[in-house]
Amino acid sequence: MNTPLQLNRRGFLGSTAAGSFVLGFPLLGQAQTKTQTPAQSTTAAPGSAAALPPEVNAWVVVQPDDKVIIRIARSEMGQGTLTGLAQLVAEELECDWARVSTEYPTPGQNLARKRVWGNFSTGGSRGIRESQEYVRKGGAAARMMLVQAAADEWKVPASECTVAAGVITHASSKRKTTYGKVAAAAAQLKAPTEIPLKDPKDWKLAGKRMARLDTVEKTNGKQIYGADLNLPGMLNASITACPVFGGKLKSFKAEAVAQMPGVKRVLAVGDNAVAVVADTFWHAKKALDALPIEWDEGPNAQLQQADFNAVLKAGLDAETAIVGNSNGDIKAALAGAVRKVEAVYAYPHQNHATMEPMNATAKWTPERCEVWTPTQNGEAALAATAEAAGMPPAQCEVYKIHLGGGFGRRGAVHDWVRQAVLIAKQMPGTPIKMLWTREEDMTQGRYHPITQAKMTAGLDAQGNIIGLHMRISGQSILASVAPQIIRDGRDPLQFQGLNNGGGEAMIGYSFPNLMIDHAMRNPHVPAGFWRGVNLNQNAVYLESFIDEIAHATQQDPLALRRKLLANSPKFLAVLNAAAERAGYGKPAPDVNGQKVFRGLCVTHGFGAYVAACAEVSVSKEGVLKVHRIVAATDPGHVVNPQQVEAQIEGSFMYGLAAALYSECTVKDGRIEQRNFDTYPSMRIADMPKVESVIMPSGGFWGGVGEPTIAVAAPAVLNAIFAATGKRIRELPLKNQSLKA
Amino acid sequence: MARLNVNGKVHEHNAEPDTPLLWVLREQLAMTGTKYGCGIAQCGSCTVHVDGQPVRSCVLPVSAVRATQKVITIEGLSAKGDHPLQKAWINLDVPQCGYCQSGMIMAAAALLKKKPRPTDADIDAEITNICRCGTFNRVRAAIKEAAGGTKTAGLGIIHVVRNA
Repeated sequence: MNTPLQLNRRGFLGSTAAGSFVLGFPLLGQAQTKTQTPAQSTTAAPGSAAALPPEVNAWVVVQPDDKVIIRIARSEMGQGTLTGLAQLVAEELECDWARVSTEYPTPGQNLARKRVWGNFSTGGSRGIRESQEYVRKGGAAARMMLVQAAADEWKVPASECTVAAGVITHASSKRKTTYGKVAAAAAQLKAPTEIPLKDPKDWKLAGKRMARLDTVEKTNGKQIYGADLNLPGMLNASITACPVFGGKLKSFKAEAVAQMPGVKRVLAVGDNAVAVVADTFWHAKKALDALPIEWDEGPNAQLQQADFNAVLKAGLDAETAIVGNSNGDIKAALAGAVRKVEAVYAYPHQNHATMEPMNATAKWTPERCEVWTPTQNGEAALAATAEAAGMPPAQCEVYKIHLGGGFGRRGAVHDWVRQAVLIAKQMPGTPIKMLWTREEDMTQGRYHPITQAKMTAGLDAQGNIIGLHMRISGQSILASVAPQIIRDGRDPLQFQGLNNGGGEAMIGYSFPNLMIDHAMRNPHVPAGFWRGVNLNQNAVYLESFIDEIAHATQQDPLALRRKLLANSPKFLAVLNAAAERAGYGKPAPDVNGQKVFRGLCVTHGFGAYVAACAEVSVSKEGVLKVHRIVAATDPGHVVNPQQVEAQIEGSFMYGLAAALYSECTVKDGRIEQRNFDTYPSMRIADMPKVESVIMPSGGFWGGVGEPTIAVAAPAVLNAIFAATGKRIRELPLKNQSLKA
Repeated sequence: MARLNVNGKVHEHNAEPDTPLLWVLREQLAMTGTKYGCGIAQCGSCTVHVDGQPVRSCVLPVSAVRATQKVITIEGLSAKGDHPLQKAWINLDVPQCGYCQSGMIMAAAALLKKKPRPTDADIDAEITNICRCGTFNRVRAAIKEAAGGTKTAGLGIIHVVRNA
């Protein structure tokens, strides 16, 4: 049941509103990201399309000099998708990898060409797994056309031609040509309809540890992020929205700052924000800091964190709830139990805290609106642009810029794009770069949802689990982001990692009687997709509780998991792999005189099976040190093992930082944490050694950017219990004492 | 007009004296390799060298930097992007999103100047930059690789790929 904390909770603001370094981003056919060369290096003026090499198809452009440009529809935000997708296309294309560069088609071009590039959305660890088939077909079709063009020229059957590294050979007549020479002819051919793909067993480029295509520019300062854009005639904006969600802008005294250096305009933005536009960001920010602003904070200003916590707590025992997964008769099982184990857990709001704060550059004229922004979903950014600009999407364009982190914040809701357009609309013809301060980014987030869970297990006389009830109470992401998807109070994403089958986010354990249900309770703080999404807290709840049952019944946590996973071989395989690699069952060597203890976790999410074994020590003074964490993952297929490893390392960091430090709390209706001093993140000294076992079993495609995040916290919490006998049921750990 | 020596060249700028060095670099001198992350010297994305010392340029008023002092940014760390750290960074594919990496590399370069063979404890103490993608283990490995001058298999990073 959807029970809002109060009737006037914030309307889903923004949810439905939902290069070249010079003006005009690289046109298609001019590579944006080049191996070994600076990105955004092209300075060709728009309109020079006639000089461009023809595309063989939507995915592949071959230049006369044999350079190959592969088009990438998904966004690169650090996760390596750009390189992985290029590998998949190049694998089938049989081109020379050393001459490959990439470019982003724009959302406007995708619209104009009837979505020839498919979905631009880059979230849910879907970048590769959801597009792998059609991008491989794109590469294969281009290869077939290039070979056909050579065969036509030689008047031989295409089947007699071979191709390697972009060189086509007709062996019997000893003729050779290159992709660059036949590309123009190939572009005239009809695309094949039957496009066979290689068996992944035969991959030569995909599946290999290729270096990323975007590393060099990230080591010399040349990589351009949205915050770095500089367009001719551009002005800079600094913005602040009402700190209380749902509050409005009442008034501001522009005249108080009008004479400050560089200030051009002071503007209301929508009904809840005010911006200063100046020659530089620094001038804009200084003036905004000095600007007298009055907010109409509204009734939400009365809300405190304790209010939410109480509402969520009440939801744990509410009569009605939406069932996510059930079997058997849980009521009867619990009623007939010889013994019960019960525990209540809580998971806080958290900010994404991308290193690059939200930003967008917008230029509005009555005829056209253009936006340059780091976004995980160019098409959603285009929709937000069109709505804010007040014109059809066909008159708008969005140019995607490399993201300084995404983590879900830059995906579903494009609130910052809307703001930039609303500012630019008030200054027609002038490009405006709007950059949020860190404080704005911290307090205007789309937060990891807040939930609690009550876990109840019924045991028989032998300590076997005869029934498990998992009641989740709390916030739905979709209720914030896409309320139209909610039906009868049911958010299907709420049960990630708990679903009965489906292949996306399943529970591995079997219980004779099971009930997993959700009492939706939505605070006024807007929720968003936060890397790992609902798998994060669901894994904390379930995997901590499995450990609690193990200890309550004097079973080893690994042995109990193995028993419950008897019917889930892929779960078992990753669990066993992590446990074996870590040396579970054998004593861990002491570190600096401290005893080391282990904790386990296994789950399934984003189509992949993952397990972890963490090793921690806790000193008498209560100082926690995570020494090592071993991951095992089965994502079905692996396109670039070293990028999978990087995602596992990064996922542990993101998950551990969340478990150790991350919490956003509400005081007087607003988020209290405003910067990294009050919202700390991990630093290198906190980072454990990471080992990963990558064990693709084939037959399915799972994601790698998120699932490992969810196993970080439970593995550490279970290891803390092994070390101290203390069961931590509320995150973050910084609020908990581990003192003996 | 005030003067600032950045990457071996004297630049003139007309920013107010209280403008942080970061914003003079980014907005007056068009050097955007140095990043804004927090504005309160917490995250280190804005790290540059002033006379060889690492400083967080987001809180350093430009007036505190004398014209005779030498400011080095990521753009000027090496002529061709081939500082040993940059080479190690490329060899180990350290960056993910990359936004914090300019500051990370500049902090590491200052550490290597002070301690050419840093221990893990030195790295823990001196590299306090925030990275939200989680590149820390590769950062550590790359610092050691740059310090040792030899390629490593990635210190502290052990991976096994098993095919079913």
